[in-house]
Amino acid sequence: MLDRPLNVLRSIGGGLVDAVWRLGYASRFFVGVLMLSGTAMRRFQLTIREVYFTGVLSLIIIVVSGLFVGMVLGLQGYDTLQRFGSASALGTLVALSLVRELGPVVAGLLFASRAGSAITAEIGLMKTTEQLSAMEMMAINPIARVVAPRFWAGVISMPLLAALFSAMGILGGWMVGVRLLGVDDGTFWSQMQAAVDFREDILNGVIKSLVFGLAVSWIAVFEGYDAVPTAEGVSSATTRTVVTSSLAILALDVLLTAFMFRGVV
Amino acid sequence: MNRAVIDLWVGLFVAVGFAALVFLAMKVGNLSAANGGETYELKASFDNIGGLKVRAPLKSSGVLIGRVSDIQFDSEHYQAVVTFTVDRRFEFPRDTFATILTAGLLGEQYVGFDAGGDAEMLKPGETIRKTQSAVVLEKLIGQFMFGKASEAPQPAPTK
Repeated sequence: MLDRPLNVLRSIGGGLVDAVWRLGYASRFFVGVLMLSGTAMRRFQLTIREVYFTGVLSLIIIVVSGLFVGMVLGLQGYDTLQRFGSASALGTLVALSLVRELGPVVAGLLFASRAGSAITAEIGLMKTTEQLSAMEMMAINPIARVVAPRFWAGVISMPLLAALFSAMGILGGWMVGVRLLGVDDGTFWSQMQAAVDFREDILNGVIKSLVFGLAVSWIAVFEGYDAVPTAEGVSSATTRTVVTSSLAILALDVLLTAFMFRGVV
Repeated sequence: MNRAVIDLWVGLFVAVGFAALVFLAMKVGNLSAANGGETYELKASFDNIGGLKVRAPLKSSGVLIGRVSDIQFDSEHYQAVVTFTVDRRFEFPRDTFATILTAGLLGEQYVGFDAGGDAEMLKPGETIRKTQSAVVLEKLIGQFMFGKASEAPQPAPTK
């Protein structure tokens, strides 16, 4: 009679304990990666190779989606602003929304699905095919040799990609606003420059993207290293990477925004 | 892919990323013009600062010469004490007039300096004596309505 509700309670509690257990393991793993980062720094070639895979190969998607996001901002912003006769503020709208929010967040989400999933799949597959165990047999620490370079490559790439995303977005907004809809070129830039502050807006955006880069890289390497060494295990680990890092980015964004922009306006 | 080619691509990627950052800093954030050069501080007390905020522009003849760096409330005189950071290149006479103005109808508020004719210049940290408060729309409307009411014509004679 009481079996079913008890089972539900039991599974909720089990899930909770499991989540806390995984969080603890992930934190221990994070510290381990930091401690074993010496090799990734000394043999920087390893990290550069990974920057190629996580950063350079993500360039196309970042540039193209940045342009599109900026164009949509230009179109939508113009439509709303011109109702109040302030279409000249289009530059401010596009630049502030990109530099403060959309640049780091959307670039982070794209980075998680483009590069984070690849990192997880690669490390997970290395574990499945026992390459990591083989390394340990050869007295090579797989965390130092495989995990740390990928982690640092993600941390390096993410702020650069986010800055590129914002810059392309502003160019996209400029194309639509100035070239297509006829906002004055000088007004577009001067209003933007009057409203955007280097420290408050741009540097805070860079800090945001750095934090997102840390979070996504950490989640990606952890899920790969922790994957169940089967085909199914790797596939579910990849899914978890994308889901968890997207949620982490959005949650961290709320937190960081609350800290950064509380007293500015 | 061999190592040298990867290095080239990564180098290009980092260069492009930093170029985007420089673009944001210079062209979007206008770092080149706004924060350069040394500054000094001036103060002024206003009866009412309206919607003036920290970091609001300080202009003279419409040219940006500094920013509002701090706003405090002086509980002794019940006035707002506004601190400005002014570009060191520009000096102002002691009888300079500080006014709170509005850009456009509903735009942001800024402070305007109208230079006087005094031979002595304001020294760093000095307080500007002559100030004019912000125009508060409600007060303006109130004055307008009272003005209208007082000049209203006598009621029409009864039949």
